Amino acid sequence: MQLKRVLLDKINGFWMVTSLATILCLPLIIGTGLYLKAAPLFDQQSFMSLVFSSNWAPSKGEFGFWPFIAGSLYVTLLSFLFTAPVCLLAAIYLTQFSSKQLIRVMHPVIDVLAGLPSVIYGVWGILIIVPFVSDYVAPIFGTTSSGYSTLAGGIVLAVMCIPYILNMLIEVFNTVPSGLKEAALSMGATRWESVKHVVIRGNFPGIISAYGLGIAKAFGETIAVMMVVGNVVKVSGNPLHAAYPLPALIANNYGEMLSIPMYDAALMFAAFLLLIIILAFNLIFRYLIHKTKRQ
Amino acid sequence: MRRIKILEEKFFVILSAFMTYSLIAVLAFIILVIFVKGFNALSLDMILKTPKGGYYYGGEGGVLNAIMGSLYIAIGATLIAIFIGMPAALYINVQLVRYRRTQNTIRYFLDALWGIPSIVYGAFGFTLMLFFGMNASLLAGIITVALLISPIMVRTFDEVLSTIPRGLHEASLALGSTRTETAFRVMFKQGFSGFITAVLLSFGRGIGDAASVLFTAGYTDNVPVNLDEPAATLPLAIFFQLGSPIPEVRERAFASAVILTVIILALSLGARYISKRYSKTNLK
Amino acid sequence: MFLSETVTMSDKETSSKPTNKSALPVLRVRNLNVFAGDHHILNDINLDIPRNKVTVLLGPSGCGKTTLLKCMNKLTDLYRELKVSGNILIENDDILNTTTNIPSIRQKMGLLSQRPYPLPVSIYKNVAYGLKLKGVRDKKLIEFSVEKHLRETGLWEEVKNRLNSPATSLSIGQQQRLCLARGLAVKPTIILADEPTSALDPISSKIIENLFKELKKHYTIILVTHVLRQAMRLADHVIFMCDGKIIEQGQPDELFKNPQTEELRAYLVDGN
Repeated sequence: MQLKRVLLDKINGFWMVTSLATILCLPLIIGTGLYLKAAPLFDQQSFMSLVFSSNWAPSKGEFGFWPFIAGSLYVTLLSFLFTAPVCLLAAIYLTQFSSKQLIRVMHPVIDVLAGLPSVIYGVWGILIIVPFVSDYVAPIFGTTSSGYSTLAGGIVLAVMCIPYILNMLIEVFNTVPSGLKEAALSMGATRWESVKHVVIRGNFPGIISAYGLGIAKAFGETIAVMMVVGNVVKVSGNPLHAAYPLPALIANNYGEMLSIPMYDAALMFAAFLLLIIILAFNLIFRYLIHKTKRQ
Repeated sequence: MRRIKILEEKFFVILSAFMTYSLIAVLAFIILVIFVKGFNALSLDMILKTPKGGYYYGGEGGVLNAIMGSLYIAIGATLIAIFIGMPAALYINVQLVRYRRTQNTIRYFLDALWGIPSIVYGAFGFTLMLFFGMNASLLAGIITVALLISPIMVRTFDEVLSTIPRGLHEASLALGSTRTETAFRVMFKQGFSGFITAVLLSFGRGIGDAASVLFTAGYTDNVPVNLDEPAATLPLAIFFQLGSPIPEVRERAFASAVILTVIILALSLGARYISKRYSKTNLK
Repeated sequence: MFLSETVTMSDKETSSKPTNKSALPVLRVRNLNVFAGDHHILNDINLDIPRNKVTVLLGPSGCGKTTLLKCMNKLTDLYRELKVSGNILIENDDILNTTTNIPSIRQKMGLLSQRPYPLPVSIYKNVAYGLKLKGVRDKKLIEFSVEKHLRETGLWEEVKNRLNSPATSLSIGQQQRLCLARGLAVKPTIILADEPTSALDPISSKIIENLFKELKKHYTIILVTHVLRQAMRLADHVIFMCDGKIIEQGQPDELFKNPQTEELRAYLVDGN
């Protein structure tokens, strides 16, 4: 065989394997990079106090991330409450009851929803959701709100996460063999009952995983949330008040982070925290999905 | 008892149908709102001019700087992502074809990588920048976005490659191809529709992402000419103009949003069209 | 150069052709064992493939015929679960125990699989592919060679006006002949055919069978089939396999008329 071909084979093979290795090592490299940058912070404060303290005064060197973590959790939880039932029902309808035509229409709809940049969702949130919260929702509860609130963030996030969760649910539901459903139907169950028993109960791990991954995505979403959530450093249980999620903190303060000592370390710590939490969520729930797919 | 069951079924079927159709309504609503709000300020100047003096107080100009910056970053990042993503996907499907479990494990990790939020990539890009002593620049933006879209590129391309029948692989080897010849001359061509979809998807993600370029690409009123100059991006242009108290500037933010939406719509519908067109000639 | 339309030879003539005893076997298999996990797929296979003959590997499905064929081409590389040991000698190259040069050894064999897998390029480039791998750059030579092999498989008249259209635009029978032409273009000595007609309609199958009768003048053909009639029509040498073992082998006339073993007898009854 010609020497040139052998050589080309070796070079290309090397190129391929290096590329793949680089991509697979990415989370490790990112994690190490962020950790090293955040490390000086640990000399001053313990990990626990960083996460659970509510004292946020960067100029005094006090970094308590709890308000931000709580803000993130709250927004994520709210969005999850909106998305979860919508996605579940829509996925059931699309896989069990819908016509072929509707499915053909829904595919591009879901694609486009998933592809819209988060800035666009943010603009939409500012135009529609924020005034909606301040003009309609707040008066119902007899209070006033600027509209820039946890609730607005939750709604915008919910819409953003729908295509993501829905796609996974559809994939999960499509793995149910039709024989199982027929068996349930033949025993006299209504179609809805067969859905309840076979599709929902049989795919429980898959549903949980899709939700888990949706939560992880919501947790890390930055721009859209930041545009509507108000960004006030305060822990509040009222969804009509503003919150300040973790990603928004990083994004909002990159300008001044080099002018205050330790501030950059603190922000990199926040990014590191986000990476660890979201990667853990992804690894756990992706594993569940991969396992159910193989069965 | 039976009647309750049937009622229950009716209720849930109608409810779930409503949810499904409402998704179409939500999408239509979002796009409609953006277009209606942005249409007023949309003009040729918006697309063809860079911001002139006093632009941010309602003066003359457009967002050409951001459009070009976004295009540069997305194109550059996509090229890098092709350079490392395409061979990686081929490697999974050619060299690793014997190792089903390794393949699945790699896919699992790539899926997990896909979930890392862009703000984390942005923060990492920033530390990388400091490490190399760079300033916020076109190059830093390109590298950061490339890291962000590479897993997407690999997984999307891989999804199509993995459906190619083993027989074609065998046929290529039987003709005397080496493994890399099989990869680049046969598998790549057979999976070309997937490759194009992967490129368009990655490109769309690159052009629309804000959080990753926030730290790394900077912002400028000029169209960048060099890799070490800062670059404006469309999502950030929208974001910054929206923060202005002046109504004219806010209007322009909406117009910029229209431009970005049109680009994204074109990309995502284009990807669908192409993958459908090519998949007709695919082997079953 | 010859055309398939001229094939007139009957089965009888084929089998009564005088055998050239001096010709050495073109391919020798020695002590071949293949395991998939605990499953013993091929058990101590020893055989010689005679030159310029059609050797038919016959047997019920799942008996290891296809695996044996894949071993000859070392395509077992693609399946991790298969553990292969033994020797397969083609013109004194042991394909199983060499790590260099596998692509060039593979080029001594053309593969025809159960269904056609045309490369994702034009008809012309499909046939030219192997030549280009061999380093042929001369355009005239490639053109000549493409036409020659398309004629050899009787495809030339059907495709000469659309050589640049994609290979997938052909009918499945034509695709299979294209795959054959593609394999012939690398100038193999052996053609490995793995149930090449199982996906085809009867007419296309007939064309392929007739091609084989012509091609054996220049090539050695190893044909895997489970269609008994096809084996009877084509075989010069029959190897009957069952459960990963060679049960019987020999001239088709003797073997089919006078089976020595219970397995073959049962197979002949069921097959007819």
